[in-house]
Formats: sequence, C-alpha cells, structure tokens
Amino acid sequence: MSGVSLLVQPVWLILLPLVGSIMVFLLASRRAAVGVAVVAGNLALVAGSIGRLGITGPWQHSVGGWGAPLGIDLYLDGLSATMLAMTALVSLGISAYSAAYFSAAAARHFWPLWLLLLTAMNALFLSRDLFNLYVTLELVGIAAVALTAMRGQREALVAAMRYLLTTLLGSMSYLLGVALLYHSTGSVDMVLVGEAPIPASVAAAAFALMAVGLLLKTALFPFHFWLPGAHSSASAPVSAALSALVVKVGFYILLRLWIEVFPALGDGVAWLLGILGGVAVLWGSLQAILQQRAKMLVAYSTVAQLGYFFLALPLVAAGGSRVWGAIVLLVIAHALAKAAMFMAAGNLLAFAGHDRIRDLDRVVQRMPLTAAALGLAGVSIMGLPPSGGFSGKWLLLQASLEQGNWPIALVLLLGGVLAAVYVFKLLEHIFTSGTPLGEPRAVARTMEWAPLMLAIGAIVLGFLATTTLDFLIIGEPFVPGRRDDY
Amino acid sequence: MIISPAFSSTLPLALVASSLLPGLIIFALAEESVRLRTALNLLGALSKLLLVALMLWGVYHDAAFETRFELLPGLPLILRADALSLLFITLSAQLWFLTTIYAVGYLEESPHRSRFFGFFSLCVTATVGVAMAGNLLTFILFYEMLTLSTYPLVVHRGTPVARRAGEAYLLYTVLGGVLLLLGAVWLYTLTGTLEFRPQGIVSDLDVGDHKALIIIFVLLMGGLGVKAALLPLHGWLPKAMVAPAPVSALLHAVAVVKAGAFGIVRVVYDIFGIQFAATLGVMMPLAWLASATIIYGSVRALFQDDLKRRLAYSTVSQVSYIALGVALVGPIASVGGLVHLVHQGLMKITLFFCAGNLAETLGIHRISEMNGVARRMPWTMAAFTVASLGMIGVPPVAGFISKWYLGLGAMEVGADWVLLVLAGSSALNALYFLPILYRAWFLEPEGDWPQERHYPRAETSLALLIPPVITASLALAAGLLASVPFSPQEWAKLVVVREFLDP
Amino acid sequence: MTPAQLYALVGIGLFFVGLYALGVRQHLLPRILALNIMGSGVFVVLVALARRSDGVDPVPHAMVITGIVVAVSATALALRLMLRVAHATGSATLTDTGDE
Repeated sequence: MSGVSLLVQPVWLILLPLVGSIMVFLLASRRAAVGVAVVAGNLALVAGSIGRLGITGPWQHSVGGWGAPLGIDLYLDGLSATMLAMTALVSLGISAYSAAYFSAAAARHFWPLWLLLLTAMNALFLSRDLFNLYVTLELVGIAAVALTAMRGQREALVAAMRYLLTTLLGSMSYLLGVALLYHSTGSVDMVLVGEAPIPASVAAAAFALMAVGLLLKTALFPFHFWLPGAHSSASAPVSAALSALVVKVGFYILLRLWIEVFPALGDGVAWLLGILGGVAVLWGSLQAILQQRAKMLVAYSTVAQLGYFFLALPLVAAGGSRVWGAIVLLVIAHALAKAAMFMAAGNLLAFAGHDRIRDLDRVVQRMPLTAAALGLAGVSIMGLPPSGGFSGKWLLLQASLEQGNWPIALVLLLGGVLAAVYVFKLLEHIFTSGTPLGEPRAVARTMEWAPLMLAIGAIVLGFLATTTLDFLIIGEPFVPGRRDDY
Repeated sequence: MIISPAFSSTLPLALVASSLLPGLIIFALAEESVRLRTALNLLGALSKLLLVALMLWGVYHDAAFETRFELLPGLPLILRADALSLLFITLSAQLWFLTTIYAVGYLEESPHRSRFFGFFSLCVTATVGVAMAGNLLTFILFYEMLTLSTYPLVVHRGTPVARRAGEAYLLYTVLGGVLLLLGAVWLYTLTGTLEFRPQGIVSDLDVGDHKALIIIFVLLMGGLGVKAALLPLHGWLPKAMVAPAPVSALLHAVAVVKAGAFGIVRVVYDIFGIQFAATLGVMMPLAWLASATIIYGSVRALFQDDLKRRLAYSTVSQVSYIALGVALVGPIASVGGLVHLVHQGLMKITLFFCAGNLAETLGIHRISEMNGVARRMPWTMAAFTVASLGMIGVPPVAGFISKWYLGLGAMEVGADWVLLVLAGSSALNALYFLPILYRAWFLEPEGDWPQERHYPRAETSLALLIPPVITASLALAAGLLASVPFSPQEWAKLVVVREFLDP
Repeated sequence: MTPAQLYALVGIGLFFVGLYALGVRQHLLPRILALNIMGSGVFVVLVALARRSDGVDPVPHAMVITGIVVAVSATALALRLMLRVAHATGSATLTDTGDE
C-alpha cells in the first residue's frame, strides 16, 4: 500500500482531530494556530477521500483489522463524504473566525472542545452501526453542550443545562430503540438489521424511540424548545457550529435509519413528520419575524429551516433519491449560510456591543463585508437564485408538483416568503440608521472574511447542484442494502 | 456569417461580465477613488456597447450566440441572443452608458458611491441576463437578481421613508417572485423543458392540461406584472420614487419595469406561442387589463403635483402599451408594443433625467414650482418637451410610431375599442404633460428658486445636461428615422417576422 | 416468562420511571439522577436480552461497558454544569429563565 492511499484511510479523519484536540489541550500557547492547522488538515484529508471515492467507489475499513461485530467498521460513500466535506468546509470557516474571536483564556477552553466535536462528527458520519452512532452522537452532544456553556454567562449556562438534559434524554431514547432492534436481529449493523425480519410491533416501538430521540437533538418542532436559547446565547462561532453542523447529525442518522433500517415505514409516519416539518417552517419563521435581537432571529430561522428537511419526507416514497438529494442540498446550503449568518451576527454584536435589530446603525457602511455575508447568506436562506437553497427548493417544489402534493408546495413557497420577511427585517436595518449607542469597536478582518466566504459558498453551491447530486449517489446511499457491493 | 463556436459561446458571457466584473471591483474600491471608479464604470459601459454592436451584426445575419451550463439536473442555465433579446440589450446598454455619466454627475460629493455604483452595475448585469435568458429558469435567476440588486438602490438614502419604500418594493417583488416560481415549476412538470422557443413549448400538450396552462399563465403574468406595474400590482412604483434620480430613471426606463414587460413578451411568444395563447383565450383578458392600466395610470398621473410621482404614474400607464401590443395577437400591433419597449425607455429616461436636473440645480420637486423654469434651464426643458410630446404621441417623436402601429394593429385584428383607449390615453397624456410645458415656457418665475446652484459652463453640470439631451435626440431620431435599418422599428419588425412568419 | 424477559421488563420499567422523574422534578440533581436511571434501565435491557438459546452474546456486554463510560462522562459534565448554574442563578433549577 502506497503512502498516499494509507493517508486516505478514513480512520485519519478521526485520529487527526482527536490528536489535535489533545495537543491544543496540552499546549500553553499557539492554540489557535495549531487548531486552524488541524482543521485545514482535516479538509485536505476529506478532499483526499473524495478523490479516492471518485476513483474507486465506496469503501469500508475495519479499524485495527478487527471486523464487526467486535471491531469497528468505517464506511464511506457519497453521502458520508458529502457530509464530511460540508463539516470540513464549515469548520474551517468557523476556525478561522475563532482564531480572531477568542481571547487567550477562552481559547484554552474552546479549541480542545471544538476539535473534539469535529472528531465526534467525523466519526459519526463514518459509522454505519447503530451503537457506534450512539457513542458518536453522545460525544457530539457532550462537546456541543460544553461549548455552549463555555461563555459562562447566566443565560448560556442555563441554556446549556437544558440542552444537556435534552440531548441525554434523546440519547437514552435512541439507545433503548437500539436495544430492542438488537434483541430482534442480533446485530447493530444497519444493513443486517434492515435485512433481518423484525416483528412489526418491535419495529414500530424501536423506530418511535429512536426517532423521538433524534428529533429531540434535531430540534424538530415541537422539540425545538431548547434550541433558540442555546444557539443564541453561545458565543458566535459556537452558535455557528451548533446551528450549521450539530443539529444536522441527528437528521443524518434519521435519514440512514429511514433508508436502511426501516424501509417499510408507512406513509403515515412520513406524513406525521412532514406535518411537523411544515409547522416548524411556519412557526419558526413567524417567531424569527417577531424577534428583536439578531441572534435570536437567526436561531429561530434554524428552527424553520430544519423543518424543510422533514417537510419533504412524504415525497421520498415516490421521489426516491432525487428528493433525498434535494434535501441534502438544503442541508448543505443551510450549513454554509447559517454559519455565515451567525458569525456575521456575532460581528454585529462585537462591533456595536448589542444585537438589537432596531438599533443596528448603517452597518452596511461600516462593515460592508459583514453586510455582504448577511445578504448573500440571506439569499440562500430565502431560497432565491442562484444559491444552494434555491436549487434544493426548486427540486422539492418540482417533486411535490409532480406528485400533486399541493400542501407541501404551498408550505415551501410560503416559507420562502416568510424567510424573506425576516431576512430583510435584518437587512433593512443595516441599510438604514438607528440610534448609535456607545463607541463601536473594530472587528478583525478574518472575522469579516470568514462568514463572507461561507456565504459565497452557499451561492456557489447553486452552480454545483448537479455535480453535488451526482457525487452524492456514489455507492447508492439512498437505496437500501447496497453496502454489500463494497 | 461564419463565426467560430468558441466565439459564439463566449460573447454572451462577455456581455454579462462587462458589467458584473466592474461592479464587483467597484464594491472593493475606497470611497475616495473617484477616478478609478468612474473609469471602471465607463470602461464597462463602453465595452458592453461594443459587444452589443458585434452581437447585433451577428444576429442580424442569423448567427447564433449561446452559452449553456447545467444548473439543475436537466435544467440548464442558457444565455442566448436572439432578435428580441437584442432589442432589450441594445436599449439597456445605451441607457446604462448615459445613466452612468448622469449618475457620476448627480452623486458628486454624496456618500456611499462605491456601494451605489456596485449595485448599479449588478442591476444592469441582471437586466442583460434577463434579456439573454434562454429559458425560464435563467430568466427567473436574473429576474430575482434584479430585485436584490435594486433594493439597496431604492433604500440608498437610508431614511425611514426610503426604508418603507424598500419594504413596499420587496413586498410586491417577493410575492411576484413566488408566483413566477410556482408557475415555472408547474410548467416544467408538464412540459419537461422551460426553453424559450419560437411558437412556444406548450402547444402539443394534451387538451386536459389546458386548464392548468391557463392557471400557469395567470401565475406567470402575476409574477411578471409586478415589475411591469400592471394593475393592481403597481403599488410599489410610485413609492420607490424616494430613490435618487438616476435610480428612478433606471427603474422606470431600463431595468425593472422593462424586465417585467419583456418577460411578458417572452412568455407569450416563446413559452405559450402567441397563436396558442390566443386559442387558450388568455390574450383578450390581458389586453383588457393592459388597457385598464393605461387609463388608470394616466388618470392618477393627472392628480400628482410631485413631478416624479406624476412621471411614475405615467410609467404605469405607458409600460402597459407593451403588454397591450402583444396581447392583441397581430403582427402590426406586436410591432407597436415591441417598439414601445425602446421608445418608452428613451422618452421616460429623458423625463427622469430632467426631473433630476430640476431637483439638483434648482431644488424643484413640484410641478407648481416650475413656473418659468425653461428660461433658467432651456436645454433641460427642451429635452423634457420633446420627451413629453413623444409620450402624448405627437409626430415625429418616437411615441407616435408606437401608437400608430398599435392603432393599426388593433384595427387589423378588429379590436376597434383599443382605438378609444389610445385616444383617451393620449388625451390624458396631453392633459398632464401640456400644463407642465405651459408653466415652464410661458409663465413668469415666482421669485427665487427653492435651492439654486450655479455652474460655470452651462445651466447645470454638463454630466447632468448631456445625457437627457442625447436621449431626447434619440427619441426624436427613432421617430424621424423609423424606417432606417437597425432603427427600433425595423428591429421590432424583424422580431415579429421571426415570431409570426418563420415556421 | 423467562428471567431474561423479566429483567428486560424491569429495565424498561426503570427507563420510564426515570423519564417520569425527569419530567416532573424541578431540581437539577434529581433530573440528572433520573437520566442515570433511564440509562441503567437501557443497560439492563441490553444485558438481559443478550442471553440467547445458544448461550450468551458478548456484544451487548461490550456495548454496556462503553455505554457506562459514556454515561459517567455525561453525568460528570451535567453535575459540574449544575453547580455553575446554581452559582450563577442562585438555584439549581431551570425555571427562572426568561429566554423561553
């Protein structure tokens, strides 16, 4: 095995950030530099994996030569690679921002936890067995909670505590579901579980437990109660990571379960989740419109945007991998745009000392890059062309009209209008004058460029939609049981 | 004419880039680098004019210019130049050049110019994209980009009034965008393509789909009618008057309303096909709606004392001539409608330039303040006079040609009632323009002007004076030389011949 | 009913007892304990169901050990966070927040 192919083993995607996390913990200084380097290295590794995926197709790797059931197998297909790439890109933006954002004292707490979070997310996207997913999911949750609490303010602590209780409850619920499935099938491997005959009642109970657990973590309405507080009270880069990446992992697991483990789910379940998603879109958007603070507005926007992923579920039965592809496009577009928005909102906060929307005073004049980031991210969130948000929405709209599913089409359109209302609520106040309060403080250049680059990424994704959709289906992740071919 | 494939696919991109790149660079420029910014603006505008000239020559000789890029599975982004797109591109390229000069003069010393010119260039980029869109997806992409790039121009002054105008503008355009999106996606599910083709793409659909097609037509017209200010979707236009004069000129004459009107033409011709649209029975209601808008806009204009508001309602009225000409389903009326796309642009931009000159030089915003103003600013008011006579339809100014063809076309298809609309509208035009001219030329000034500024070389700064004089001359020339090759009228005939007569 | 099934039922019972307490208690300490009880319930289910006709399946035991490690770290974080919350707000509950 040549050196290069040794390096593109997926296990490095876990080891690099893990070792990096320990290193920045032990280091006395230069934490930011090492942290950014590790995240950049992670991006390079992901790029290598993508390259190999394009050449050799999907593959499997048994860590340490121990195969399942006792060892841990890692799998990489188009979907996992896409999620890894999304995480790596957004993480790099967040890391560049964080390097300038945190004081030396805060950096001591931030970098180890942040790299641990990256480790856990990478491991999660590479896992395909139900128990590994539990462990990685729990690690993601713990790291995310610690990052939320890191700011130390009262609201942040309370929000983090609520988040922790929620995420632990979700994990327990999920794990009980895994236990039931293991009892019926004798396996935790997704494909084997999916192929084994499971009594209908057990399957229903297991799905209900696992789904509720994951929905709690994904903050689907009405399980979103913990999200706005946690996402708005954390420090800006953490908010960005939580909204852009962390909530997505729960949805990712649900997606895998939906396809591999529970392919026979009835329309009823899809509709139930679809309706919750629709309500989330409308409710989250309305709440976002009513908010007076920029970060709260952006946090409620996340509640709304998460709704789209579920809203589309009733379409997947007939729409197949095209609808899944559209959903994943929306997931990526949201990750890029929302990270940009939270970091831009962080700039507003750092600049003016507050984030009251009404008093944002001609930000567009003083921080044009931040304003541009907000604007471009807003384009994708509103689903206007050209952007990843537009491409995803167009495909979903197309699927819903082809299937004659008018309710979904109408929610998609209405959600776009409401998003325009809240995005422009923010934008119009950065174009017009408010009451200046206190002296503005300068914001570092990287803190302006990082969100702008991510926002541009959300726009560029609109032009890469076809490429992304083609890449996504390598290894046919949207067809049950295809892993046998690896 | 033989052109290489590489050239034919690069030219549309170059045309878009000629305003996009200067725009993006301008955003990055410091406020003080006036010269560099102006140079970039003019360089972009001039190179666009050059590229347009090249393209005009090519299309006239039946060359094809097309660029494709796969945007969504099975749905490419297409930039393509045909006779109809060039009608619009030529207009916008010329007027962009003149408006840039005007805006440089108008905004001298005012803050945030880099931002202004950046969005200004994006706005023109979007307009060119709208004109060259080869399918409905591409059209929507640039149509929305137009909304987004004009919003910062509307709220440019940053006052609460500007913010409210911006809100009204967004309310209408975002809802319009939703209708357009729904109509487009629905259409795509029926046809499997959104490409603009002569005679349309829907005529071989099953009769069972005709009902859906009618709803789709209404949705698309709703989306396009917002920007074209069709009744009752015109509410944003008068409010958007708070924007600086070059923006108003751009919104009214070149970019926004024209993108809507142009979209109506495109959808009727190249999505539905005009004959098929007529058999669907959707053209007569459109003609009625356009007529109602023509009369309504004129009546409302009559009661405005604010000059720019009067001009705004006049726009509401005049743009619907374009829709009317198309909706009458006859080649002659179509020439009238299409040629008005250009003529209205030339005349209306002149009027807005002049209104801006009055405001900038003398502080005049209301018609009641205009007594005797022609003595102080004869050139400006001469241009204004030419343009308003054209709006009324007095020969030989361009507006006469439009109305002449519309009238002939209406008689050709037996819609004689349209003559009443035209006559009524012309009478109303006269009623709201002639008193202005009378005041300006024949009444004595009432003491000092509200805020007078003096310029050494002419009645106002040359950058403000030359553009309206040129556009007024063009409007006159378009009427006098209507039968010369490459005149708007002859080009409109070319478009119509290719739509109606070619298979 | 086999003993294994009985154990499994007890585990599920523990899970729901924990869930109930998590829902009704205000103070954070009992809520954290409630989550631990839920976790123990799940572990009991896993171990109980590991007994099969052909002997004992080792995999669930490995899972439970991993699960306990995870639960311990989560509990440590929760307890520390609870102390910080109590210190910052003056009470170890989540009721006094204004951010809902």
